[in-house]
Amino acid sequence: MKSKPFCVVLVLSVFGYLFVWANTPKISKYGPVELTSKSSNQDYDKMMDVLTHQRCMNCHPSDDIPKQGDESHPHYFGMARGEDDHGFEATNCNTCHQSENNLNSGVPGAPHWALAPASMAWEGLTRKEIAERLLDMTMNGNRSHEDLVKHMTEDDLVLWAWEPGIDANGKQRSLPPVSKEEFKEAVENWFANGAIIPSK
Amino acid sequence: MEISMTVNGMHKTVSIADENTPLLWVVRDTLGLKGTKFGCGKAACGACTLHVDGEAVRSCSYPVKFAEGKDVTTIEGLGDRENPHPVQQAWIDEVVPQCGYCQPGFMMATAALLNKVSKPTDEDIDNNIINVCRCGTYYRMRKAIHKAAELHSKKEIYESKEL
Repeated sequence: MKSKPFCVVLVLSVFGYLFVWANTPKISKYGPVELTSKSSNQDYDKMMDVLTHQRCMNCHPSDDIPKQGDESHPHYFGMARGEDDHGFEATNCNTCHQSENNLNSGVPGAPHWALAPASMAWEGLTRKEIAERLLDMTMNGNRSHEDLVKHMTEDDLVLWAWEPGIDANGKQRSLPPVSKEEFKEAVENWFANGAIIPSK
Repeated sequence: MEISMTVNGMHKTVSIADENTPLLWVVRDTLGLKGTKFGCGKAACGACTLHVDGEAVRSCSYPVKFAEGKDVTTIEGLGDRENPHPVQQAWIDEVVPQCGYCQPGFMMATAALLNKVSKPTDEDIDNNIINVCRCGTYYRMRKAIHKAAELHSKKEIYESKEL
């Protein structure tokens, strides 16, 4: 007498399990983001080693929230992009960040401190996708290859990555894995050779 | 070296050994304006907030060299007992402070906000007023900010009629 309800529950459970299993996305669809992969092009690899480092990536967010630290936690105090990439109306980047690092407080600073435009969000993209976005003039601020080389090798805010100063605890911020000189050379070489994005 | 700036409407020149001395040190210890407070020293809590050329800045993390030729306003310059700023009046009306230590920073941040957003929403307040109050007076401050916005707009209307 009691086995009938049990069988009904069992059958429903099996159908329920099969339904959930059939509708669960397979994890293989979401491969790991290739932030450390190496290609056949050394210049491209060196450039990408820098662009994917926290010193660069923290200010190229995909969610309009600047990141901080080597673990890229969301910026404290609920700071966000705002309408002009500089935060909110009265509390913005320059409320705390000035044109140079502050060695007393540990607040980092550089000229025109701001988030990269939303169109240049890199967070979560593969190296290939970052490179494609970098070269896309509809996304990169209408920059030509020549403009990009100048931006990446001369802009004070970009080059801040190699002089990031100390944090609020007096600890030196980590540097990109490639020296500034090597990065500049790699960028110049990569663009001089046609800015070809390796397929692998 | 010498740094010249306008502080609360008065021209000031200070001699300073280190140009990277925080503006907060100069305001408090050299100019004797003790209303602006030291909190964390890391531009995090906002107790040291004052205005430079009308913009709110954390003066503990603002080297005095950057104030050269600029217009600095501290809580003492916002208003006085006879003519309080709408923010100060609202703070009194809503009996906001508990211990009071952080309040000048909050009032300066609020004054800067009202200059940009005359009638701030709760979201505007959440985004822009990010100072820290250990006493937890946030609820009363929110009420005071809305009241200050009302007083501010009435004052502007009154002043425009006076003209």
